[in-house]
Amino acid sequence: MNIDTIKDGYVIDHITSGNAIKIYRMLSLDKLDCQVALITNAKSKKTGTKDIIKIGSLIDINLDKIAFINPLATVNIVQNEKIIEKKKLDMPECLVNVCKCNNPRCITSTERNLDQIFNLVDKDNKIYRCYYCESTLEKDKFIY
Amino acid sequence: MEKKIRNLIDIRDLSTKEIDDLIEVANDIINHKEKYSHKCDGKILATLFFEPSTRTRLSFESAMLRLGGKVLGFSEASSSSTAKGETLADTVCVVSGYADIIAMRHPKEGAPMVAASKSMVPIINAGDGGHNHPTQTLTDLLTIKREKKSFNNLTIGLCGDLKFGRTIHSLIAAMSRYDNIKFVLISPDELKLPDYIINEVLEKNNISYVETDNMMEYMNELDILYMTRVQKERFFNEEDYLRLKDYYILDKNKLINAKKDLCIMHPLPRVNEISPEVDNDERAKYFEQAYNGVYIRMALILKLLEVK
Repeated sequence: MNIDTIKDGYVIDHITSGNAIKIYRMLSLDKLDCQVALITNAKSKKTGTKDIIKIGSLIDINLDKIAFINPLATVNIVQNEKIIEKKKLDMPECLVNVCKCNNPRCITSTERNLDQIFNLVDKDNKIYRCYYCESTLEKDKFIY
Repeated sequence: MEKKIRNLIDIRDLSTKEIDDLIEVANDIINHKEKYSHKCDGKILATLFFEPSTRTRLSFESAMLRLGGKVLGFSEASSSSTAKGETLADTVCVVSGYADIIAMRHPKEGAPMVAASKSMVPIINAGDGGHNHPTQTLTDLLTIKREKKSFNNLTIGLCGDLKFGRTIHSLIAAMSRYDNIKFVLISPDELKLPDYIINEVLEKNNISYVETDNMMEYMNELDILYMTRVQKERFFNEEDYLRLKDYYILDKNKLINAKKDLCIMHPLPRVNEISPEVDNDERAKYFEQAYNGVYIRMALILKLLEVK
């Protein structure tokens, strides 16, 4: 399968298989008017298979969102068909407006104009906690 | 440089030294009430109670009045601008221009964080949903100190709703900072202590604890038995509430094997979880606990207003 190289844009590589669609949705890539390629189950020497996303424009992207879903992904910035920068991601210490708190008793469920903030409290176990109510962010249930 | 406003949102906002100081002041107030009766002349406390409360609101008001200050506020959300759709942030922003200090209770967890970010005056969290209730914890700590003389070497039984019981969560956080504390967590399966408190407070600080649904199993080992009410307002499903509300009822018979110097506590109000026949037992300390609430809140108001 051939996917064209891109002139200016991003290649999000080393995405764990199955996660590309989550990143696609979280970054609202369906709303872009440029070309976006979503490749799943590509061959990988390291992990067997991986997902890749190619975005044909240098839009503003929230790296925290990608890092939250897939901290092992890499983001390559492409200009004039050349990779000018490779960004390695790390779990962000703080997530702002990346996910909503699932706790119906949390103040964020009723108060308007409030940022949704989660702090990383346990990096080893990848646990984020709501800044307001301290509920654990359950990755499989988050809303974006 | 702008002065940093001190709030009390979570009991962990206070160091153990600060808690000791507050308790010392509260004890001094109990012994020398007159000395403090004009400390807050000209100061105003606003009590913003978005959720009904008798004890906490009145004890805050009593505390400020006994310090010579004045109080204003509301006792339910329907009598505030919240009913018109005002955000909490706006309400607090406005009220902080009317008062020198604010005590706020709100049904939503984390609401005091929003209030503190907007207020020009100190915010005291008077309870936020099932999350925190630090002034109840200060009340509990004053009671423990007066009854047991020390915060170390205690076996503390916590009984009832450990899931939604905010007083329980705050008390565990506070007591976990002292030496040789053991918790006996007594609850039905549905109301067990949340995992995050077990993992991040008890396990992390190597605090000894056991979980049981049998109130009698460790009764003879307890130095403190802290009873709680199963709170109707925390349930989305009435059936669950009805099934669990009378799960534990402490009566005279259950105390037969308990220590002679057991201290029985309850944040009140109680429903059926402590039989009235226990009230006359000299180990019952829950009414003293309620009285102590006023004095520790007086000490807290003085501290946050930086009144010497």
